[in-house]
Amino acid sequence: MADLSVRIGSVELANPVLAASGCFGYGVEYADSIDLARLGGVVVKGLFLGEREGHRPPRIVETPGGMLNAIGLQGIGVYRFVAEKLPELHRLGATVFVNICGSTIDEYCEVARVLSDAEGVAALELNISCPNIKEGGIQFGCSLTGTYDVVSAIRKVTALPIIPKLTPNVTDVASFARASEEAGADGISLVNTFLAMAIDVETRTPKLSNVMGGLSGPAIRPIAVRMVYECRQAVKLPILGMGGITNATDALEFIIAGATAVQIGTANFVTPLMWDDVIAGIDGYLDRHRIPSVNALIGALETSGYPS
Amino acid sequence: MAVDVSAEVIANTRLSSDYNVLALAAPTIAAAAFPGQFVMLKSSPGLDPLLRRPFSIFEHLRDPDGAPTGISILNKRVGIGTSQLYTARPGDRIAVLGPLGRPFVPVHPPEEAWMVAGGVGLAPFATLAEELADRGTPMTLFYGARTAADLYYRDLFTEMGAHLVLATEDGSAGTHGRVTIALERELRALRPDHRVTIYACGPTPMMHAVAQLGAEYGRYVSVSLEPTMGCGMGGCYSCVVRVRIGDDTRFVRSCLDGPVFDASIVIWDALQVGH
Repeated sequence: MADLSVRIGSVELANPVLAASGCFGYGVEYADSIDLARLGGVVVKGLFLGEREGHRPPRIVETPGGMLNAIGLQGIGVYRFVAEKLPELHRLGATVFVNICGSTIDEYCEVARVLSDAEGVAALELNISCPNIKEGGIQFGCSLTGTYDVVSAIRKVTALPIIPKLTPNVTDVASFARASEEAGADGISLVNTFLAMAIDVETRTPKLSNVMGGLSGPAIRPIAVRMVYECRQAVKLPILGMGGITNATDALEFIIAGATAVQIGTANFVTPLMWDDVIAGIDGYLDRHRIPSVNALIGALETSGYPS
Repeated sequence: MAVDVSAEVIANTRLSSDYNVLALAAPTIAAAAFPGQFVMLKSSPGLDPLLRRPFSIFEHLRDPDGAPTGISILNKRVGIGTSQLYTARPGDRIAVLGPLGRPFVPVHPPEEAWMVAGGVGLAPFATLAEELADRGTPMTLFYGARTAADLYYRDLFTEMGAHLVLATEDGSAGTHGRVTIALERELRALRPDHRVTIYACGPTPMMHAVAQLGAEYGRYVSVSLEPTMGCGMGGCYSCVVRVRIGDDTRFVRSCLDGPVFDASIVIWDALQVGH
């Protein structure tokens, strides 16, 4: 048994495997089938202050090795979350990361304040990268000053670790990692989905009601790994890496590229009961390679002899 | 509690060039399932198609002593995943996640149960009929398809004591036309004090028509909807259906709040048609 614990800011995780936001509901949906306390953490679905209806169906479509989604951040809002879901997650022993959204900096800050006053929140993941709604933070996530402004504003109102979730739909994701670091973030999550589109050629209509959606799944994994690697060179912050992880080997690829922890999203739709296998797979790898702690593997990519 | 079983294909019975019944060795799921619940099947282990497909549980399979041995599903090949399930061979393994979703509520006698099925919409009614037969509830199956040859498993239902009312689009069996024509004829003939609950599963326009008839004739209708699903467990919010709650309407997840819904609260115009 290797030491699987990792640290993101002030939060210690029992292991580096988390359920990704938007792919695991509010976590409680899975409590009958999965012991949530065994996961490194649960990142719950993005929350605004108020309830949101989301887009009309069809909201997903499959593509080779992946899928597009345009859910539109349907959600119950932060107040109902704190009243109806958080106590249950806390009771179940889950390490709760809350993904927060806002259409203005003030809204982000208010959501952050409400969650800071609640019991049982470990960290806040800042959704500045949802590609599917205009007011879902992407206006902050696609601008360096916007990223800096929203992260530094939230930094002022909460003592919880804050982790901006970065969009890959920019030219240089590492510059957004740097802006996050300068603004006082405790970590960064990457990547959110890639803006994409699929067309029904028979009807000549978009396959999603929202026309465009976010591509996720194994199809994006090599790009996500590259982006984690780039950000590792640019900042000291812990990185929560994600993008198409389906098993322990995929997770290890991200850790070796520089991720302190990983999140699993789309694969949860396919193999929702995989968590113990993924965690055991990482543990087995560390034992097999005689590495006592997963921390020794973070960013352990061997590059000597390769062009720099 | 849902379990994910790597189930061996026990048998693949081809009913036509499009339809087949796949028997799967999943005794834990069979033992836990109620009529109207569904499973998520991974048609092949690879990445294309990536996602699972939802299927109503068709039959509960049992050994000669009555112990559960598995389930079957009624499949119609329309895309890659359903084609893989059509060509599956005995001995193949298919990942089966379930049982999932809210089941039907079977009625007790003297109330009657009328089941309205269109095509593969027959699937959830075999287990419902079994439950109804156990209760001694009088039951009628309104069963519609394109032709007489597409009306599968009629004997299964008559052997359980169901009265059959058939309809075919080409007139080769029963009423010529849609199954809802036959349903309306029987509803019109019903005495007001004769208690009947209607259960419907099939193409969305058919279920919408049944819902309208239920409203018109004052009969409760329970529908089993099958919108596109991502995960089947409430994680993805892709299978939402718009329903009326009090004075408001909202999107609810059909995997958790359904697939069985009170037809009178479904906002039919907001449903995806054809999937």
